[in-house]
Amino acid sequence: MSGMSGTVDASVKGTPLGWALADCWTMTRRELAHWGRQPVQVVVGLVFPVMLLLMFGYLIGGGRGVEGDYVDFLVPGMLALTMAFGLESTMLAVTQDLNKGVIDRFRSMPMTNGAVLVGRSAADMLQSALSLALLIGVGYAIGWRPHASFGAFLAAVGLLLLLRFAMLWIGIHLAMVAGRPEMVQAVQILVWPVGFLSNAFATPESMPGWLGAAVEWNPMSATATAVRDLFGSPGAAGSSGASWAAEHAGMLAVAWPLVLVAVFFPLAVRRFGALSK
Amino acid sequence: MADSAILVEGVRKNYGDKRALDGLDLTVGRGTVHGVLGPNGAGKTTLVRVLATLLRHDEGRVEVAGQDVRTRADEVRRRIGLLGQHAALDEDLGGRQNLEMFGRLYHLGRRHARVRAGELLERFGLADTGRKAVKQYSGGMRRRLDLAASLITEPEVLYLDEPTTGLDPRGRAEVWGAVRSLVDGGTTVLLTTQYLEEADQLADRISVVDHGRVIADGTADELKSKTGGDRIDVVLRDAGQLGAAVALLPAETGDVSVDTDRRLLSAPVADRMAALTGTVRALEEAGIEAEDIAVRRPTLDEVFLHLTKGVAA
Repeated sequence: MSGMSGTVDASVKGTPLGWALADCWTMTRRELAHWGRQPVQVVVGLVFPVMLLLMFGYLIGGGRGVEGDYVDFLVPGMLALTMAFGLESTMLAVTQDLNKGVIDRFRSMPMTNGAVLVGRSAADMLQSALSLALLIGVGYAIGWRPHASFGAFLAAVGLLLLLRFAMLWIGIHLAMVAGRPEMVQAVQILVWPVGFLSNAFATPESMPGWLGAAVEWNPMSATATAVRDLFGSPGAAGSSGASWAAEHAGMLAVAWPLVLVAVFFPLAVRRFGALSK
Repeated sequence: MADSAILVEGVRKNYGDKRALDGLDLTVGRGTVHGVLGPNGAGKTTLVRVLATLLRHDEGRVEVAGQDVRTRADEVRRRIGLLGQHAALDEDLGGRQNLEMFGRLYHLGRRHARVRAGELLERFGLADTGRKAVKQYSGGMRRRLDLAASLITEPEVLYLDEPTTGLDPRGRAEVWGAVRSLVDGGTTVLLTTQYLEEADQLADRISVVDHGRVIADGTADELKSKTGGDRIDVVLRDAGQLGAAVALLPAETGDVSVDTDRRLLSAPVADRMAALTGTVRALEEAGIEAEDIAVRRPTLDEVFLHLTKGVAA
């Protein structure tokens, strides 16, 4: 015991909340250290949505049913789509982590239980914020001009990050339910149609009725419409006298992610605790 | 029970229909090395995971360092170290990064965590690994770093789950040396292994586990005595005579094991001297030439086979 006393003494200083925050910070630093180890992966993750933006802006282009400048319509849609696609990167990262032996060590240590998840979410949110900044910069470069006050601009970024936060907890939950890397591929394939069944690239009015309705109720569409509204872009709520969902996009862009977080956050945390069952 | 570092009473754990632990009992005295010996699937790893608070048992009582693993998991976690079968390290980071991270999570504080990481890297011969990621380490280096990570807080109780599986003899000797010096420092060690030699070398006491239950325990010597004591080994010059020689040994024919490749007969004996002289005389009279005859204690392998067979039957 004599050898131990020093370390135990050192470990009882500080409040439980203080240590919980310290653990979360340590786990966030771990994720950032991974970035330092794999800079290429980080760059690819940031460049991919930029490539999509350029591809749709120049190659595929057009924008069915869009009144006004397509780039002004497309950029907010791409921002929302990038947030939605964050689901798969979160799921992949959590799945890989859960299959590593290091999780056993974390769980056998007297650290805050959820710090592993908090580290993941902090790193993913930071990555998404960087991705948004880069996309907005590239959007400017290809001629996008938001007609928004600074406050509206910040509100739009806030809505986008809120959508990302919802996707984060869905991703964590799916990773824990699926558990195996093979399942990530299945989800990756499913995320694409869900992402594209939105108003990111075309207006719902330009689609067959049933498809347009489904697209309008897609949480991602609500965020895209609300963000277009705030940016003063074409395709904003009410710009084409559209449905209830489009009229209330701002409210839905807040409500959808909150509902998703309210459902998946407790599910994910419970799953993480249930690893010991 | 103040002197026991680990106390396990009637522990059960089911995975669905499968019984992993089926009323297992175990007491490990402070400062001792306890070997848990058993075949694959006997429940050794499940036991370690329960003791390390990674898995909740269904029934029974489990205390580590006087703390209940279910109700006082954090107190247990402060006092244990775990070296599992697979490296519990962040393989994308370097050795120092790993140890500093774990030190912070043990709440040593930033400076203390850094100093401790340096000490451990030095002690386990990893001080010159620099920024190299753990995934580029050799198996032995990885295992040493894993052991270092298990020792950050100088735990009261250390679990080693098959610590030398997959290591070459040198790596194995390194781990054994580290375990011995820990025990000299007063750490209690619970060691699971499939290698009987490992249990024989390191453990003060051994529990033989099969089908989630302890089927025998004691010191290595006690276990060896339980299997019927001494054995006689006879190596013949001519493998063709093995069949004829079986009947000449002072044992029931069914108890004689025959190893054709090594031209070896082995049988349990009651009386060492009578068996030796009797066998020599009988072989001579039958005209069977022996290369070697010896009476010896049973190996733990034989004890183990004997015990696990008994349960299966």
